[in-house]
Amino acid sequence: MSENLMTWKQIAKKIHDKYDDKILKWHEHNDNRIYVDIDPKDWIEFGRFLFDEFDTRFIIASALDTPWDGMEILYHFDFHNLPQVFSVRVFLKKPKLEIESMAPYIKATEWIEREMTELFGITFKNHPDMRHLLLPDDWPEGNYPLRRDQ
Amino acid sequence: MSEIIPIGPYHPLQEEPEFFQLHVEGEKVTKLDIEIGYNHRGIEKLAESKSWDQVVFLVERICGICSTSHPAASVCAMEDLGGIEAPERAQYIRTIVAELERIHSHLLWLGLAGHFIGYNTVWMWAWKYREIVCDILDKMTGNRQSYAMFKVGGVRRDVLDDDIPAFKKMMDKLKPVLDMFKGAVIDDPVIHARTKGVGVLTKEQAVEYCVVGPTARPSGIAIDVRKDEPYFAYDWVDWDIVVLQEGDVFAKVACRILEMYESVKIIDQCFDKMKPGVVDLHVKELSPGEGIGRAEAPRGEVYHYCRSDGSNFPARYKVRAPSYVNIFSNEVAVIGEKVADAALILAAVDPCYCCTERMVVVDHEKNKERVLNSGDLIRLSHERTKEVRKALGV
Amino acid sequence: MGIKLKALTKSPWVYHLSTGSCNNCDIEILDCLTPRYDLERFGIVLVGSPRHADALLVTGNMTQKCIPRAKEVYEQMPKPGVVIAIGTCSLGHGVFDGSYVMPKTVDEVLPVDIYIPGCPPKPEGIIAGVAKLLTMLRQKA
Repeated sequence: MSENLMTWKQIAKKIHDKYDDKILKWHEHNDNRIYVDIDPKDWIEFGRFLFDEFDTRFIIASALDTPWDGMEILYHFDFHNLPQVFSVRVFLKKPKLEIESMAPYIKATEWIEREMTELFGITFKNHPDMRHLLLPDDWPEGNYPLRRDQ
Repeated sequence: MSEIIPIGPYHPLQEEPEFFQLHVEGEKVTKLDIEIGYNHRGIEKLAESKSWDQVVFLVERICGICSTSHPAASVCAMEDLGGIEAPERAQYIRTIVAELERIHSHLLWLGLAGHFIGYNTVWMWAWKYREIVCDILDKMTGNRQSYAMFKVGGVRRDVLDDDIPAFKKMMDKLKPVLDMFKGAVIDDPVIHARTKGVGVLTKEQAVEYCVVGPTARPSGIAIDVRKDEPYFAYDWVDWDIVVLQEGDVFAKVACRILEMYESVKIIDQCFDKMKPGVVDLHVKELSPGEGIGRAEAPRGEVYHYCRSDGSNFPARYKVRAPSYVNIFSNEVAVIGEKVADAALILAAVDPCYCCTERMVVVDHEKNKERVLNSGDLIRLSHERTKEVRKALGV
Repeated sequence: MGIKLKALTKSPWVYHLSTGSCNNCDIEILDCLTPRYDLERFGIVLVGSPRHADALLVTGNMTQKCIPRAKEVYEQMPKPGVVIAIGTCSLGHGVFDGSYVMPKTVDEVLPVDIYIPGCPPKPEGIIAGVAKLLTMLRQKA
């Protein structure tokens, strides 16, 4: 279940074949680091495809506040026993910082989405449990520590 | 009707504060609520105000026990960003320090687990022999704990060739110790009774929660960053990863003990294969871009992501410690187990953050709140060991 | 009061409290109990509850979430009791200075009697610090 019998080239080809029209940008920093940009509305379908089709492991998600009036979220995936790290990037434009939550489909995204909400102010629609994860419960509302303007 | 038992936020087994709330019915656990954040120190935000060199010092203090793993992932991330490859001798030295730390971390955990089960001798002996590893690290790096050895493009200090025979002699003292622990722990019937079949994390659950390290490998998932994406000198030496199938606490204990043997193998080969050479490339700047670094900490995969805009400070620095995913899997591992076993199961993932002091048991049946402190918790566990001993006639 | 303090200095029981630390100091404290350093021969015992403690060994940065818990633990410790701050983090945040979750230092929340610096302080340093404190208290009593 967790052994990957495909090579990276085969995996990349399969992804391209199915989602070429949805991939906005495909950048390979080097042999082992691939960054793919997609539209936020395609995230759930694409993410579930990666998780189910290739038995990937979800590593973590990194959000960042960019100087271009929006936030990026990078979702990082690992293909068992292959050295590649596949990162899916979505760009959320201010003020509508919201995206569909992946937690109902990939359990491992539950905590990191809670963290991104409290540190960045991103809304994850339909998240099953949106309590504070790291910050105290009495943390002031609207104070997002990792935003650039704070 | 169920009881809720909070374990937290300070407990002797886990070294750091977290808060577990166990919902129980009678003696069995039905649900687990986890509250973390006591140890949240805002490191990612702090990293944005530190220079690239200072970031390596900062991340070293994320966790004291696996204090090289975070700098390891950090320098991997920065070297990935800049396309830098550290010199060969530096890679060997990095590997040696990382593996020594793995041994010391596993011995530490073994000691604490022994203490909790009621085998204080295991605790004392594990920590006594841990001192050998601390001595080697002290002689090599100048400090018993935060070694400050890693930097982008190499290591801070070289290892003198004249010292290597002394190190190897100290390593030789370690091998019979590992044999002793293997015999004492893996073959002990009481430990079998307390840990076999307890706190099982099935392979499916392990995949669902995306766990890593010695939480995933005892459940049959063969992942190890050192094999999947070899960094440092791991693909220049011979060693095997340890994978077991049962997924219970016993498998987690056995996995860590066997891993220590592999670490000793790796260190010996590194000492033998190391050739003279430079250890530092004196990297002065990092170009804009993004980098990802991964390292195998004693607890699993450590993941660092960094983004540079060309300046001397990171534009974004993301850290994910292995316990972040491993702790979450406790949610399922502890269901159906007894309260006396619960704390051992929670500790079996080797949580790398500060611990729990007080357990609050909320008894839904009697509609009361019972407070158990850490002394009570240990007492519960010791009582369970006594019961097991009696049943086995040992 | 004098008798209690004298008794405390004879064989202090300590409770270890971590308020958001990286664990280094905590491990060095536990290390003091192991065969090489063996604090127990001085009568110093680590207890599992603050209600039995004479001294509180505090490590860590006093993160915001930990403040109420730390105060609670201090209240539970029977007085007279001493507070020992161990490690650079408990002195004044160390490398974490400036973080958004650390509004106060340890000594702004608890009345600290002695500070033991180091990152982490070596077990010898911790023992020396504790011994110094006990001498101070004996002279006071």
